[in-house]
Amino acid sequence: MRFDLTLIQPWINANSRVLDLGCGDGMLLETLSKEKNVSGVGLEIDPDNITLSLARGVNVIEHDLNVGLGNFRDDSFDMVVMTLALQTLRYPHLVIDEMLRVGRECIVTFPNFGHWRSRWYLGHRGKMPVSKFLPYTWYDTPNIHFCTVKDFEALCDDKNIRILNSSVIGADNSQSALANRFPNLLGVTAVYHISK
Amino acid sequence: MTQAPPSTQTADNNSVGIVVPQTLHFDQPLQLACGRALPEHDIIYETYGKLNADKSNGILICHALSGHHHAAGKHSEEDRKTGWWDSCIGPGKPIDTNVFFVLSINNIGGCNGSTGPTSINPDTGKPWGPDFPPLRCRDWVESQYLMMQHFGITQWAAIIGGSLGGMQAMRWALEYPDALRHCIVIASAMKLSAQNIAFNEIARRAITSDANFYEGRYLEHNTLPKQGLALARMVGHITYLSEDGMKQKFGRELKTGNLSLGSSSDTAVEFEVESYLRYQGEAFSGSFDANTYLLMTKALDYYDLAREYNDDPVTAFKQATCSFMVVSFTTDWRFAPARSREIVDALVAADKAVSYAEIEADHGHDAFLIPIPRYMDVFHAYMKRLKQEIGHAF
Repeated sequence: MRFDLTLIQPWINANSRVLDLGCGDGMLLETLSKEKNVSGVGLEIDPDNITLSLARGVNVIEHDLNVGLGNFRDDSFDMVVMTLALQTLRYPHLVIDEMLRVGRECIVTFPNFGHWRSRWYLGHRGKMPVSKFLPYTWYDTPNIHFCTVKDFEALCDDKNIRILNSSVIGADNSQSALANRFPNLLGVTAVYHISK
Repeated sequence: MTQAPPSTQTADNNSVGIVVPQTLHFDQPLQLACGRALPEHDIIYETYGKLNADKSNGILICHALSGHHHAAGKHSEEDRKTGWWDSCIGPGKPIDTNVFFVLSINNIGGCNGSTGPTSINPDTGKPWGPDFPPLRCRDWVESQYLMMQHFGITQWAAIIGGSLGGMQAMRWALEYPDALRHCIVIASAMKLSAQNIAFNEIARRAITSDANFYEGRYLEHNTLPKQGLALARMVGHITYLSEDGMKQKFGRELKTGNLSLGSSSDTAVEFEVESYLRYQGEAFSGSFDANTYLLMTKALDYYDLAREYNDDPVTAFKQATCSFMVVSFTTDWRFAPARSREIVDALVAADKAVSYAEIEADHGHDAFLIPIPRYMDVFHAYMKRLKQEIGHAF
Protein backbone atom coordinates (compact mmCIF):
# COMPACT_ATOMS: atom_id res chain seq x y z
CA MET A 1 0.00 0.00 0.00
CA ARG A 2 1.12 3.54 -0.72
CA PHE A 3 2.88 4.87 2.37
CA ASP A 4 0.65 7.93 2.79
CA LEU A 5 -2.36 5.57 2.98
CA THR A 6 -0.64 3.54 5.70
CA LEU A 7 0.36 6.67 7.59
CA ILE A 8 -3.13 8.13 7.84
CA GLN A 9 -4.91 5.02 9.08
CA PRO A 10 -4.23 5.61 12.81
CA TRP A 11 -6.07 8.95 12.44
CA ILE A 12 -9.25 7.21 11.35
CA ASN A 13 -11.42 5.81 14.13
CA ALA A 14 -12.95 2.35 14.07
CA ASN A 15 -16.62 2.17 13.03
CA SER A 16 -16.50 5.68 11.60
CA ARG A 17 -18.01 6.91 8.36
CA VAL A 18 -15.43 7.93 5.78
CA LEU A 19 -15.69 9.72 2.46
CA ASP A 20 -12.66 9.20 0.22
CA LEU A 21 -12.31 11.82 -2.52
CA GLY A 22 -10.51 10.38 -5.50
CA CYS A 23 -10.51 6.91 -3.97
CA GLY A 24 -8.44 5.39 -6.79
CA ASP A 25 -8.58 1.60 -6.82
CA GLY A 26 -10.38 1.58 -3.47
CA MET A 27 -7.55 0.01 -1.50
CA LEU A 28 -7.75 2.45 1.44
CA LEU A 29 -11.49 1.99 1.92
CA GLU A 30 -11.22 -1.78 1.54
CA THR A 31 -8.50 -1.91 4.20
CA LEU A 32 -10.39 0.41 6.56
CA SER A 33 -13.54 -1.62 6.12
CA LYS A 34 -11.77 -4.91 6.90
CA GLU A 35 -9.53 -3.72 9.70
CA LYS A 36 -11.60 -0.99 11.36
CA ASN A 37 -15.16 -1.76 10.32
CA VAL A 38 -15.29 1.65 8.69
CA SER A 39 -18.27 2.28 6.43
CA GLY A 40 -17.03 4.28 3.55
CA VAL A 41 -17.80 5.58 0.14
CA GLY A 42 -15.36 6.75 -2.48
CA LEU A 43 -15.73 9.37 -5.17
CA GLU A 44 -13.81 8.74 -8.35
CA ILE A 45 -13.87 9.89 -11.94
CA ASP A 46 -11.57 7.41 -13.64
CA PRO A 47 -13.56 4.51 -15.18
CA ASP A 48 -10.87 1.89 -14.55
CA ASN A 49 -10.52 2.93 -10.93
CA ILE A 50 -14.29 2.80 -10.48
CA THR A 51 -14.35 -0.78 -11.76
CA LEU A 52 -11.39 -1.74 -9.54
CA SER A 53 -13.09 -0.25 -6.49
CA LEU A 54 -16.36 -2.03 -7.25
CA ALA A 55 -14.53 -5.33 -7.66
CA ARG A 56 -12.99 -4.87 -4.20
CA GLY A 57 -16.45 -4.49 -2.74
CA VAL A 58 -15.91 -0.78 -2.13
CA ASN A 59 -18.85 1.56 -2.66
CA VAL A 60 -17.81 4.14 -5.19
CA ILE A 61 -19.70 6.99 -6.80
CA GLU A 62 -18.69 8.40 -10.15
CA HIS A 63 -18.24 12.07 -9.38
CA ASP A 64 -16.18 15.03 -10.58
CA LEU A 65 -14.69 16.77 -7.53
CA ASN A 66 -14.50 19.99 -9.51
CA VAL A 67 -18.27 20.37 -9.25
CA GLY A 68 -17.98 20.38 -5.46
CA LEU A 69 -19.71 18.26 -2.85
CA GLY A 70 -23.04 20.08 -2.93
CA ASN A 71 -24.86 16.76 -2.88
CA PHE A 72 -23.41 15.82 0.51
CA ARG A 73 -24.93 17.19 3.70
CA ASP A 74 -23.01 19.16 6.34
CA ASP A 75 -21.14 17.00 8.86
CA SER A 76 -22.41 13.79 7.27
CA PHE A 77 -19.03 12.03 7.55
CA ASP A 78 -16.66 11.52 10.47
CA MET A 79 -13.70 11.83 8.14
CA VAL A 80 -13.21 13.09 4.61
CA VAL A 81 -9.99 11.92 3.02
CA MET A 82 -8.33 13.18 -0.13
CA THR A 83 -5.01 11.60 -1.01
CA LEU A 84 -2.79 12.96 -3.77
CA ALA A 85 -5.67 14.65 -5.56
CA LEU A 86 -5.41 18.25 -4.29
CA GLN A 87 -3.05 19.23 -7.09
CA THR A 88 -5.46 17.99 -9.78
CA LEU A 89 -8.35 20.25 -8.79
CA ARG A 90 -9.57 23.36 -10.54
CA TYR A 91 -10.20 25.17 -7.22
CA PRO A 92 -8.36 23.28 -4.46
CA HIS A 93 -9.25 25.83 -1.77
CA LEU A 94 -12.97 25.51 -2.45
CA VAL A 95 -12.79 21.71 -2.31
CA ILE A 96 -11.05 21.97 1.07
CA ASP A 97 -13.91 24.22 2.25
CA GLU A 98 -16.34 21.58 1.03
CA MET A 99 -14.43 18.78 2.75
CA LEU A 100 -14.58 20.66 6.05
CA ARG A 101 -18.28 21.29 5.59
CA VAL A 102 -19.12 17.63 4.88
CA GLY A 103 -16.71 16.03 7.33
CA ARG A 104 -16.00 16.69 10.98
CA GLU A 105 -12.32 16.08 10.28
CA CYS A 106 -10.31 15.79 7.08
CA ILE A 107 -7.10 14.27 5.86
CA VAL A 108 -5.27 15.74 2.88
CA THR A 109 -2.11 14.39 1.32
CA PHE A 110 -0.31 16.04 -1.59
CA PRO A 111 3.03 15.99 -3.37
CA ASN A 112 5.25 18.70 -1.85
CA PHE A 113 6.56 20.91 -4.63
CA GLY A 114 8.96 22.48 -2.14
CA HIS A 115 11.04 19.28 -2.04
CA TRP A 116 14.68 20.03 -2.79
CA ARG A 117 14.64 17.92 -5.96
CA SER A 118 11.87 20.04 -7.48
CA ARG A 119 13.70 23.19 -6.46
CA TRP A 120 16.96 21.88 -7.83
CA TYR A 121 15.36 20.72 -11.08
CA LEU A 122 13.72 24.08 -11.64
CA GLY A 123 16.69 26.10 -10.37
CA HIS A 124 19.38 24.12 -12.15
CA ARG A 125 17.65 23.19 -15.38
CA GLY A 126 15.14 26.04 -15.52
CA LYS A 127 12.43 23.58 -16.51
CA MET A 128 9.31 22.21 -14.81
CA PRO A 129 10.30 19.13 -12.82
CA VAL A 130 9.57 15.71 -14.27
CA SER A 131 10.30 12.76 -12.03
CA LYS A 132 9.35 9.16 -11.43
CA PHE A 133 6.90 10.37 -8.80
CA LEU A 134 5.52 13.17 -11.00
CA PRO A 135 6.10 11.87 -14.51
CA TYR A 136 3.99 14.31 -16.50
CA THR A 137 5.04 17.06 -18.88
CA TRP A 138 3.75 20.51 -17.94
CA TYR A 139 1.36 20.66 -20.91
CA ASP A 140 -0.22 17.24 -20.50
CA THR A 141 -0.73 16.60 -16.83
CA PRO A 142 -3.60 16.07 -14.41
CA ASN A 143 -1.61 18.13 -11.90
CA ILE A 144 -2.57 21.76 -12.36
CA HIS A 145 -2.14 23.21 -8.85
CA PHE A 146 1.11 22.28 -7.22
CA CYS A 147 1.84 23.68 -3.80
CA THR A 148 4.45 23.37 -1.06
CA VAL A 149 4.15 22.51 2.61
CA LYS A 150 4.51 26.21 3.39
CA ASP A 151 1.82 27.17 0.86
CA PHE A 152 -0.60 24.68 2.34
CA GLU A 153 -0.01 25.85 5.89
CA ALA A 154 -0.48 29.46 4.78
CA LEU A 155 -3.83 28.51 3.26
CA CYS A 156 -4.85 26.78 6.51
CA ASP A 157 -3.81 29.91 8.38
CA ASP A 158 -5.84 32.17 6.06
CA LYS A 159 -8.91 29.99 6.45
CA ASN A 160 -8.52 29.41 10.19
CA ILE A 161 -8.23 25.70 9.59
CA ARG A 162 -6.88 23.74 12.56
CA ILE A 163 -3.99 21.42 11.84
CA LEU A 164 -4.48 18.45 14.19
CA ASN A 165 -1.57 16.41 12.88
CA SER A 166 0.91 16.69 10.09
CA SER A 167 3.79 14.74 8.74
CA VAL A 168 5.85 14.28 5.62
CA ILE A 169 7.10 11.23 3.85
CA GLY A 170 10.72 11.47 2.76
CA ALA A 171 12.50 10.23 -0.33
CA ASP A 172 13.08 6.85 1.30
CA ASN A 173 9.29 6.39 1.43
CA SER A 174 9.26 6.53 5.22
CA GLN A 175 8.25 9.00 7.87
CA SER A 176 11.91 9.86 8.47
CA ALA A 177 12.79 12.09 11.40
CA LEU A 178 15.11 14.17 9.28
CA ALA A 179 12.47 14.88 6.65
CA ASN A 180 10.08 15.86 9.41
CA ARG A 181 12.60 18.34 10.77
CA PHE A 182 12.76 20.04 7.38
CA PRO A 183 9.39 19.10 5.89
CA ASN A 184 9.25 21.68 3.12
CA LEU A 185 12.74 20.74 1.89
CA LEU A 186 12.84 16.99 2.46
CA GLY A 187 9.18 15.96 2.35
CA VAL A 188 8.10 14.28 -0.88
CA THR A 189 4.52 13.79 0.21
CA ALA A 190 2.84 15.96 2.82
CA VAL A 191 0.14 14.53 5.06
CA TYR A 192 -2.28 16.78 6.98
CA HIS A 193 -5.05 16.00 9.44
CA ILE A 194 -7.24 19.09 9.71
CA SER A 195 -10.54 20.32 11.12
CA LYS A 196 -12.60 23.49 11.28
CA MET B 1 -42.87 -26.78 -6.81
CA THR B 2 -42.88 -26.26 -10.54
CA GLN B 3 -39.55 -25.33 -12.00
CA ALA B 4 -38.46 -24.72 -15.52
CA PRO B 5 -36.73 -27.72 -17.00
CA PRO B 6 -32.97 -27.31 -17.07
CA SER B 7 -31.85 -25.27 -20.02
CA THR B 8 -30.18 -27.02 -22.89
CA GLN B 9 -26.80 -25.58 -23.74
CA THR B 10 -26.49 -24.53 -27.35
CA ALA B 11 -23.36 -23.92 -29.39
CA ASP B 12 -23.21 -20.44 -27.86
CA ASN B 13 -21.83 -21.26 -24.43
CA ASN B 14 -22.59 -17.76 -23.18
CA SER B 15 -26.27 -18.42 -23.64
CA VAL B 16 -28.75 -19.97 -21.25
CA GLY B 17 -29.80 -21.99 -24.30
CA ILE B 18 -33.36 -23.05 -25.06
CA VAL B 19 -35.79 -21.95 -22.41
CA VAL B 20 -39.40 -22.94 -21.86
CA PRO B 21 -41.74 -20.39 -20.29
CA GLN B 22 -43.90 -21.64 -17.41
CA THR B 23 -47.19 -20.31 -16.12
CA LEU B 24 -48.30 -20.15 -12.53
CA HIS B 25 -51.92 -19.66 -11.54
CA PHE B 26 -52.87 -17.77 -8.37
CA ASP B 27 -56.48 -18.26 -7.34
CA GLN B 28 -56.34 -15.96 -4.33
CA PRO B 29 -57.52 -12.38 -4.98
CA LEU B 30 -54.67 -9.90 -5.41
CA GLN B 31 -55.50 -6.63 -3.68
CA LEU B 32 -54.48 -3.67 -5.84
CA ALA B 33 -53.45 -0.12 -4.99
CA CYS B 34 -56.57 1.26 -6.73
CA GLY B 35 -58.81 -0.44 -4.19
CA ARG B 36 -59.99 -3.19 -6.52
CA ALA B 37 -58.72 -6.75 -6.53
CA LEU B 38 -57.81 -9.20 -9.26
CA PRO B 39 -59.92 -12.25 -8.38
CA GLU B 40 -57.31 -14.60 -9.81
CA HIS B 41 -54.29 -14.23 -12.03
CA ASP B 42 -51.67 -16.02 -14.07
CA ILE B 43 -47.99 -15.17 -14.20
CA ILE B 44 -45.87 -16.37 -17.07
CA TYR B 45 -42.20 -16.60 -16.22
CA GLU B 46 -38.83 -18.02 -17.13
CA THR B 47 -35.99 -19.08 -14.87
CA TYR B 48 -32.31 -19.43 -15.65
CA GLY B 49 -29.71 -21.16 -13.49
CA LYS B 50 -30.33 -23.25 -10.38
CA LEU B 51 -31.64 -22.21 -7.01
CA ASN B 52 -29.05 -23.23 -4.42
CA ALA B 53 -29.74 -25.23 -1.26
CA ASP B 54 -30.21 -22.25 1.05
CA LYS B 55 -32.04 -20.29 -1.65
CA SER B 56 -29.66 -17.38 -1.28
CA ASN B 57 -28.78 -16.96 -4.96
CA GLY B 58 -32.10 -15.73 -6.35
CA ILE B 59 -32.17 -12.71 -8.63
CA LEU B 60 -35.39 -11.09 -9.74
CA ILE B 61 -35.42 -9.26 -13.05
CA CYS B 62 -38.01 -6.49 -13.40
CA HIS B 63 -38.92 -5.58 -16.94
CA ALA B 64 -39.50 -2.17 -18.47
CA LEU B 65 -42.48 -0.71 -20.31
CA SER B 66 -42.82 -3.17 -23.16
CA GLY B 67 -40.70 -5.96 -21.70
CA HIS B 68 -41.77 -9.43 -20.68
CA HIS B 69 -40.65 -12.70 -19.13
CA HIS B 70 -38.41 -13.76 -22.02
CA ALA B 71 -35.20 -12.07 -20.90
CA ALA B 72 -32.55 -14.58 -22.01
CA GLY B 73 -31.92 -17.50 -24.32
CA LYS B 74 -34.15 -18.68 -27.12
CA HIS B 75 -37.44 -20.51 -27.31
CA SER B 76 -36.26 -22.79 -30.10
CA GLU B 77 -33.16 -23.48 -32.17
CA GLU B 78 -34.81 -21.63 -35.05
CA ASP B 79 -35.56 -18.59 -32.93
CA ARG B 80 -33.74 -15.67 -34.54
CA LYS B 81 -34.02 -13.38 -31.56
CA THR B 82 -32.82 -13.96 -28.05
CA GLY B 83 -34.50 -12.67 -24.90
CA TRP B 84 -34.47 -8.91 -24.36
CA TRP B 85 -31.58 -8.91 -21.86
CA ASP B 86 -29.52 -11.76 -23.25
CA SER B 87 -26.56 -9.36 -23.26
CA CYS B 88 -26.48 -9.44 -19.46
CA ILE B 89 -27.97 -12.79 -18.41
CA GLY B 90 -26.18 -16.06 -19.10
CA PRO B 91 -23.18 -18.20 -18.12
CA GLY B 92 -20.23 -15.88 -17.46
CA LYS B 93 -22.30 -12.76 -18.11
CA PRO B 94 -22.83 -10.10 -15.43
CA ILE B 95 -25.95 -11.90 -14.19
CA ASP B 96 -24.10 -15.19 -14.22
CA THR B 97 -26.45 -18.15 -14.49
CA ASN B 98 -23.63 -20.47 -13.39
CA VAL B 99 -23.96 -18.82 -10.00
CA PHE B 100 -27.39 -17.25 -9.74
CA PHE B 101 -30.96 -18.43 -10.08
CA VAL B 102 -32.71 -15.83 -12.20
CA LEU B 103 -36.46 -15.28 -12.25
CA SER B 104 -37.96 -13.16 -15.00
CA ILE B 105 -41.71 -12.67 -15.13
CA ASN B 106 -44.23 -10.88 -17.29
CA ASN B 107 -45.96 -8.38 -15.03
CA ILE B 108 -49.71 -8.40 -14.52
CA GLY B 109 -51.37 -6.06 -16.95
CA GLY B 110 -48.97 -7.35 -19.59
CA CYS B 111 -49.87 -9.01 -22.85
CA ASN B 112 -47.32 -11.81 -23.10
CA GLY B 113 -49.10 -14.47 -21.07
CA SER B 114 -49.67 -12.98 -17.63
CA THR B 115 -53.15 -11.79 -16.74
CA GLY B 116 -53.84 -8.48 -18.44
CA PRO B 117 -56.38 -6.60 -20.56
CA THR B 118 -56.46 -9.34 -23.22
CA SER B 119 -57.28 -12.02 -20.61
CA ILE B 120 -60.87 -13.09 -19.99
CA ASN B 121 -62.62 -11.30 -17.16
CA PRO B 122 -64.16 -14.16 -15.15
CA ASP B 123 -67.16 -11.98 -14.28
CA THR B 124 -68.17 -11.27 -17.88
CA GLY B 125 -66.58 -14.04 -19.90
CA LYS B 126 -65.19 -11.34 -22.23
CA PRO B 127 -61.71 -9.84 -22.47
CA TRP B 128 -61.01 -7.32 -19.72
CA GLY B 129 -60.04 -4.65 -22.25
CA PRO B 130 -60.36 -1.15 -20.77
CA ASP B 131 -62.04 -2.56 -17.63
CA PHE B 132 -58.80 -4.08 -16.43
CA PRO B 133 -57.99 -2.42 -13.10
CA PRO B 134 -55.50 0.45 -13.31
CA LEU B 135 -52.16 -0.68 -11.91
CA ARG B 136 -49.42 0.94 -9.93
CA CYS B 137 -45.84 -0.14 -9.76
CA ARG B 138 -46.45 -1.43 -6.23
CA ASP B 139 -49.03 -3.90 -7.59
CA TRP B 140 -46.26 -5.49 -9.62
CA VAL B 141 -44.11 -5.66 -6.51
CA GLU B 142 -46.96 -7.43 -4.67
CA SER B 143 -47.40 -10.00 -7.42
CA GLN B 144 -43.62 -10.49 -7.62
CA TYR B 145 -43.66 -11.07 -3.86
CA LEU B 146 -46.12 -13.93 -4.39
CA MET B 147 -43.70 -15.41 -6.92
CA MET B 148 -40.89 -15.13 -4.38
CA GLN B 149 -42.97 -17.07 -1.86
CA HIS B 150 -43.78 -19.67 -4.46
CA PHE B 151 -40.09 -20.40 -4.91
CA GLY B 152 -39.54 -20.46 -1.15
CA ILE B 153 -37.09 -17.56 -1.37
CA THR B 154 -37.01 -15.28 1.66
CA GLN B 155 -34.39 -12.86 0.39
CA TRP B 156 -33.25 -12.06 -3.12
CA ALA B 157 -29.52 -11.74 -3.67
CA ALA B 158 -30.56 -8.84 -5.91
CA ILE B 159 -33.46 -7.27 -7.67
CA ILE B 160 -32.37 -5.75 -10.94
CA GLY B 161 -34.19 -3.55 -13.38
CA GLY B 162 -33.68 -0.96 -16.07
CA SER B 163 -35.99 2.01 -16.66
CA LEU B 164 -39.46 1.13 -15.28
CA GLY B 165 -37.82 -2.08 -14.02
CA GLY B 166 -35.49 0.00 -11.86
CA MET B 167 -38.52 1.75 -10.39
CA GLN B 168 -39.92 -1.62 -9.33
CA ALA B 169 -36.58 -2.60 -7.80
CA MET B 170 -36.53 0.64 -5.75
CA ARG B 171 -40.15 0.11 -4.65
CA TRP B 172 -39.17 -3.36 -3.43
CA ALA B 173 -36.37 -1.83 -1.35
CA LEU B 174 -38.91 0.41 0.41
CA GLU B 175 -41.82 -2.05 0.71
CA TYR B 176 -39.91 -5.21 1.58
CA PRO B 177 -36.52 -4.03 2.86
CA ASP B 178 -35.54 -7.45 4.24
CA ALA B 179 -36.39 -9.23 1.02
CA LEU B 180 -33.34 -8.11 -0.95
CA ARG B 181 -29.61 -7.63 -0.36
CA HIS B 182 -28.88 -5.57 -3.45
CA CYS B 183 -30.95 -3.25 -5.58
CA ILE B 184 -29.53 -2.56 -9.03
CA VAL B 185 -31.18 0.40 -10.69
CA ILE B 186 -30.23 1.08 -14.30
CA ALA B 187 -31.27 4.10 -16.40
CA SER B 188 -34.12 4.87 -14.06
CA ALA B 189 -35.64 7.72 -12.05
CA MET B 190 -37.60 8.40 -8.85
CA LYS B 191 -40.37 9.91 -10.93
CA LEU B 192 -40.98 10.98 -14.50
CA SER B 193 -40.38 14.51 -15.69
CA ALA B 194 -43.09 16.59 -17.33
CA GLN B 195 -41.33 15.95 -20.64
CA ASN B 196 -41.52 12.17 -20.10
CA ILE B 197 -45.23 12.39 -19.29
CA ALA B 198 -45.78 14.57 -22.35
CA PHE B 199 -44.27 11.95 -24.63
CA ASN B 200 -46.35 9.22 -22.98
CA GLU B 201 -49.47 11.32 -23.50
CA ILE B 202 -48.76 11.67 -27.22
CA ALA B 203 -48.37 7.91 -27.40
CA ARG B 204 -51.66 7.37 -25.58
CA ARG B 205 -53.51 9.90 -27.74
CA ALA B 206 -52.21 8.17 -30.85
CA ILE B 207 -53.79 4.94 -29.61
CA THR B 208 -57.07 6.33 -28.31
CA SER B 209 -57.69 8.41 -31.43
CA ASP B 210 -57.31 5.41 -33.74
CA ALA B 211 -60.71 4.70 -35.34
CA ASN B 212 -60.33 1.04 -34.40
CA PHE B 213 -59.80 1.73 -30.73
CA TYR B 214 -63.52 1.54 -29.82
CA GLU B 215 -62.83 2.94 -26.36
CA GLY B 216 -60.58 0.02 -25.67
CA ARG B 217 -63.11 -2.65 -26.74
CA TYR B 218 -61.39 -3.41 -30.03
CA LEU B 219 -61.16 -7.14 -29.30
CA GLU B 220 -64.94 -7.32 -29.02
CA HIS B 221 -65.04 -5.66 -32.45
CA ASN B 222 -62.51 -8.13 -33.83
CA THR B 223 -60.06 -5.42 -34.70
CA LEU B 224 -56.92 -3.73 -33.35
CA PRO B 225 -55.91 -0.05 -33.17
CA LYS B 226 -52.74 -0.94 -35.03
CA GLN B 227 -52.04 2.44 -36.53
CA GLY B 228 -52.32 4.22 -33.22
CA LEU B 229 -50.14 1.69 -31.46
CA ALA B 230 -47.55 1.89 -34.24
CA LEU B 231 -47.45 5.68 -33.91
CA ALA B 232 -47.13 5.37 -30.14
CA ARG B 233 -44.19 3.06 -30.57
CA MET B 234 -42.55 5.34 -33.13
CA VAL B 235 -42.71 8.29 -30.73
CA GLY B 236 -41.45 6.10 -27.91
CA HIS B 237 -38.62 4.81 -30.03
CA ILE B 238 -37.32 8.29 -30.78
CA THR B 239 -37.10 8.96 -27.06
CA TYR B 240 -35.13 5.75 -26.50
CA LEU B 241 -32.39 6.81 -28.92
CA SER B 242 -30.03 9.75 -28.82
CA GLU B 243 -29.60 12.31 -31.57
CA ASP B 244 -26.02 11.14 -32.13
CA GLY B 245 -27.08 7.53 -32.06
CA MET B 246 -29.70 8.14 -34.76
CA LYS B 247 -27.20 10.13 -36.78
CA GLN B 248 -24.71 7.29 -36.66
CA LYS B 249 -27.27 4.61 -37.35
CA PHE B 250 -29.24 6.33 -40.12
CA GLY B 251 -27.75 9.71 -40.98
CA ARG B 252 -29.68 11.02 -43.97
CA GLU B 253 -29.32 7.77 -45.90
CA LEU B 254 -32.16 7.00 -48.25
CA LYS B 255 -33.96 3.69 -48.30
CA THR B 256 -35.69 4.44 -51.60
CA GLY B 257 -35.78 7.23 -54.21
CA ASN B 258 -33.19 9.97 -54.55
CA LEU B 259 -32.98 13.61 -53.67
CA SER B 260 -31.32 15.00 -56.82
CA LEU B 261 -33.26 17.72 -58.60
CA GLY B 262 -35.02 16.74 -61.78
CA SER B 263 -35.00 13.11 -60.83
CA SER B 264 -37.33 11.12 -63.01
CA SER B 265 -37.57 8.40 -60.45
CA ASP B 266 -41.13 7.48 -59.58
CA THR B 267 -40.05 5.93 -56.32
CA ALA B 268 -40.98 8.02 -53.33
CA VAL B 269 -38.13 9.33 -51.28
CA GLU B 270 -37.85 7.53 -47.98
CA PHE B 271 -35.14 8.07 -45.42
CA GLU B 272 -33.67 5.08 -43.62
CA VAL B 273 -34.84 6.50 -40.32
CA GLU B 274 -38.43 6.66 -41.58
CA SER B 275 -38.29 3.10 -42.76
CA TYR B 276 -36.78 1.98 -39.47
CA LEU B 277 -39.40 3.71 -37.33
CA ARG B 278 -42.22 2.42 -39.52
CA TYR B 279 -40.87 -1.10 -39.26
CA GLN B 280 -40.53 -0.82 -35.47
CA GLY B 281 -44.04 0.59 -35.18
CA GLU B 282 -45.61 -2.06 -37.35
CA ALA B 283 -43.79 -4.94 -35.70
CA PHE B 284 -44.83 -3.66 -32.29
CA SER B 285 -48.45 -3.02 -33.22
CA GLY B 286 -48.79 -6.62 -34.32
CA SER B 287 -47.44 -8.07 -31.10
CA PHE B 288 -48.39 -5.72 -28.26
CA ASP B 289 -51.74 -4.89 -26.76
CA ALA B 290 -52.90 -1.28 -26.88
CA ASN B 291 -54.67 -1.40 -23.49
CA THR B 292 -51.51 -2.80 -21.94
CA TYR B 293 -49.56 0.08 -23.43
CA LEU B 294 -52.01 2.59 -21.94
CA LEU B 295 -51.92 0.86 -18.58
CA MET B 296 -48.13 0.56 -18.44
CA THR B 297 -47.52 4.19 -19.43
CA LYS B 298 -50.01 5.36 -16.79
CA ALA B 299 -48.25 3.28 -14.12
CA LEU B 300 -45.00 4.86 -15.26
CA ASP B 301 -46.43 8.41 -15.12
CA TYR B 302 -47.97 7.94 -11.67
CA TYR B 303 -44.83 6.45 -10.15
CA ASP B 304 -43.43 8.75 -7.50
CA LEU B 305 -41.03 7.02 -5.17
CA ALA B 306 -41.25 9.54 -2.36
CA ARG B 307 -44.83 10.80 -2.53
CA GLU B 308 -45.98 8.95 0.56
CA TYR B 309 -42.82 9.97 2.41
CA ASN B 310 -43.61 13.68 2.44
CA ASP B 311 -42.08 13.95 -1.02
CA ASP B 312 -38.69 13.44 0.58
CA PRO B 313 -36.59 10.78 -1.16
CA VAL B 314 -34.21 10.69 1.80
CA THR B 315 -37.03 9.74 4.18
CA ALA B 316 -38.19 7.18 1.60
CA PHE B 317 -34.80 5.54 1.26
CA LYS B 318 -34.38 5.42 5.05
CA GLN B 319 -36.73 2.40 4.81
CA ALA B 320 -34.25 0.46 2.73
CA THR B 321 -31.62 -1.86 4.16
CA CYS B 322 -30.06 -3.23 0.97
CA SER B 323 -27.06 -1.94 -0.96
CA PHE B 324 -27.63 -0.04 -4.16
CA MET B 325 -25.89 0.11 -7.52
CA VAL B 326 -27.09 2.88 -9.80
CA VAL B 327 -26.08 3.14 -13.46
CA SER B 328 -26.88 5.79 -16.05
CA PHE B 329 -25.84 6.53 -19.64
CA THR B 330 -24.52 9.86 -20.87
CA THR B 331 -26.83 10.28 -23.87
CA ASP B 332 -29.99 8.97 -22.21
CA TRP B 333 -32.33 11.95 -22.23
CA ARG B 334 -35.43 9.94 -21.38
CA PHE B 335 -33.97 8.92 -18.01
CA ALA B 336 -31.05 11.30 -17.92
CA PRO B 337 -27.97 10.84 -15.69
CA ALA B 338 -29.25 13.75 -13.58
CA ARG B 339 -32.23 11.56 -12.53
CA SER B 340 -29.85 8.80 -11.45
CA ARG B 341 -27.70 11.28 -9.53
CA GLU B 342 -30.84 12.36 -7.64
CA ILE B 343 -31.29 8.74 -6.58
CA VAL B 344 -27.64 8.51 -5.54
CA ASP B 345 -27.77 11.80 -3.60
CA ALA B 346 -30.87 10.70 -1.71
CA LEU B 347 -29.27 7.36 -0.89
CA VAL B 348 -26.09 9.04 0.35
CA ALA B 349 -28.13 11.43 2.48
CA ALA B 350 -30.06 8.45 3.86
CA ASP B 351 -26.72 6.81 4.82
CA LYS B 352 -27.25 3.87 2.48
CA ALA B 353 -24.53 1.90 0.75
CA VAL B 354 -24.51 3.06 -2.85
CA SER B 355 -22.31 2.91 -5.91
CA TYR B 356 -22.84 4.82 -9.11
CA ALA B 357 -21.43 4.74 -12.61
CA GLU B 358 -22.25 7.04 -15.50
CA ILE B 359 -21.47 5.13 -18.66
CA GLU B 360 -20.31 6.96 -21.77
CA ALA B 361 -22.62 5.65 -24.50
CA ASP B 362 -24.22 7.07 -27.61
CA HIS B 363 -27.22 4.72 -27.60
CA GLY B 364 -29.55 6.89 -25.50
CA HIS B 365 -31.96 5.13 -23.14
CA ASP B 366 -31.63 1.86 -25.09
CA ALA B 367 -28.03 1.64 -23.88
CA PHE B 368 -29.13 -0.37 -20.86
CA LEU B 369 -29.87 -3.30 -23.17
CA ILE B 370 -26.57 -3.10 -25.04
CA PRO B 371 -23.33 -4.83 -23.94
CA ILE B 372 -21.21 -1.66 -23.89
CA PRO B 373 -17.75 -2.73 -22.64
CA ARG B 374 -17.55 -0.33 -19.68
CA TYR B 375 -21.14 -1.07 -18.68
CA MET B 376 -20.33 -4.78 -18.66
CA ASP B 377 -17.12 -4.19 -16.67
CA VAL B 378 -18.97 -2.21 -14.02
CA PHE B 379 -21.82 -4.73 -13.88
CA HIS B 380 -19.38 -7.67 -13.58
CA ALA B 381 -17.38 -5.89 -10.89
CA TYR B 382 -20.43 -5.16 -8.79
CA MET B 383 -21.84 -8.67 -9.20
CA LYS B 384 -18.56 -10.05 -7.88
CA ARG B 385 -19.54 -9.01 -4.36
CA LEU B 386 -22.86 -10.82 -4.70
CA LYS B 387 -21.02 -13.95 -5.74
CA GLN B 388 -18.75 -13.65 -2.71
CA GLU B 389 -21.72 -13.23 -0.41
CA ILE B 390 -23.30 -16.49 -1.52
CA GLY B 391 -19.99 -18.26 -2.12
CA HIS B 392 -20.40 -20.54 0.86
CA ALA B 393 -23.50 -22.12 -0.61
CA PHE B 394 -21.62 -23.64 -3.52
